[in-house]
Amino acid sequence: MEENIQLTTPLSEETIKKLKAGDMVYISGVVYTARDAAHKRMCELLDQGEPMPFDFTGAAIYYAGPCPAKPGRSIGSVGPTTSGRMDLYAPRLMKEGLKVMIGKGLRNQEVIDAIVSTNGVYFAAIGGAAALMGQSVQSAEIVAFEDLGTEAVRRLVMENLPVIVAIDSQGRNIYDEGRKVYQQSL
Amino acid sequence: MREIRTEQITELVEKLCIDANCRLSDDIYSCLGKCCTTEKSPLGQKVLGTLVENARMARENFDPICQDTGMTVVFVTVGQDAHVTGGSLEDAINEGVRRGYEKGFLRKSVVKDPLDRVNTKDNTPAVIHYDIVPGDEFHITVAPKGFGSENMSQLKMLKPSQGLQGVKDFVIQTVSEAGANPCPPIIVGVGIGGTMEKSALLSKKALLLPVDQANPNPDLAKIEEELLQSINDLGIGPAGFGGSTTALAVHIVTYPTHIAGLPVSVNIGCHVTRHSEGHL
Repeated sequence: MEENIQLTTPLSEETIKKLKAGDMVYISGVVYTARDAAHKRMCELLDQGEPMPFDFTGAAIYYAGPCPAKPGRSIGSVGPTTSGRMDLYAPRLMKEGLKVMIGKGLRNQEVIDAIVSTNGVYFAAIGGAAALMGQSVQSAEIVAFEDLGTEAVRRLVMENLPVIVAIDSQGRNIYDEGRKVYQQSL
Repeated sequence: MREIRTEQITELVEKLCIDANCRLSDDIYSCLGKCCTTEKSPLGQKVLGTLVENARMARENFDPICQDTGMTVVFVTVGQDAHVTGGSLEDAINEGVRRGYEKGFLRKSVVKDPLDRVNTKDNTPAVIHYDIVPGDEFHITVAPKGFGSENMSQLKMLKPSQGLQGVKDFVIQTVSEAGANPCPPIIVGVGIGGTMEKSALLSKKALLLPVDQANPNPDLAKIEEELLQSINDLGIGPAGFGGSTTALAVHIVTYPTHIAGLPVSVNIGCHVTRHSEGHL
């Protein structure tokens, strides 16, 4: 497992291929926040043949809904939400060009298959370390669905967001592998 | 009869909402620190160190520890000789939530209708539980509940014949299925007995107990210890990346039940398990 890999979005096919489950990565560059309600709307837009709120080619989505920004700050606390709730939508968005997902928790087999077939990657951020992660956000602006409040799509410019490769492009995942190492019984 | 004004209640709830979300309780804070030294996985140690650092920074800056500042669960204990004046108690509590979430820059996570799903934009309404007791006390605990962990909680109506082993199996199965989703290391609240809804309420109240406090009933204390060991043997670990620290505590609360039933609720709390209390 590699430590201290520094990456800037968008990630190249080559970069994604080299990442292995368990690698520790610091992500900089643009990521878009989207969670339950935004995913539902984006898939409805696709159904209607409407354009997406941002360019999906090589894009990175962070499953997160931030706290409001205090005066003088770009954003409040912002950590990952449970990714499994977006499993229904993720393979479809990956077909549209989505490459990178950041969240927490295991994905279903359809998402793992889509990650392998599209050469994508799923990163896990540490759930609940949101005050620290808010410090990695350099700027934030709402780009779609403002009426959704915290669930609006935001364009974040990150600097060194600490994450772990949770599912790599070969389909290996840290959750199953890590757990097996420390499982004592059952 | 002692009078308590609704404005006092609103002010207290406002303060407790901010406090619960920004200040990790001392027992959990020190427990996380201790686990940094006992955790077997090097990556797990790093995760725990990050959680301690995050909590320290949140305390210092009065920032929310986690962006999920929860649905606001409020436990009110009112003495039967206390008299609330100046309007509706429920409105006063919700006004406190509204102000606390606005002033504290806390996330508004509540939708008005579970099916239509339109955000109320002020985190109201709270989920309020009342206990009426003798005397004239007025006590409030604000326990905003994040849904990463709430979603992984389960309830089951066991048969009496399944007994203690059935309870243990259900607790372990619930935590195992939850995996990384509830942000381990978790706190496990177990409510056993009563009716369906009573067991659920007991399991939520169990989450409010200090992590370093053993059950006053020695039999239950032993079961809690065994369950904690079994849960940590699952290997889920901090953030679910593998490790020996999956839970910080298991708390069991029981209540008499029906001859035909053995209700069990398992309410999972994340490593923040927000709660703050105050008196008037």
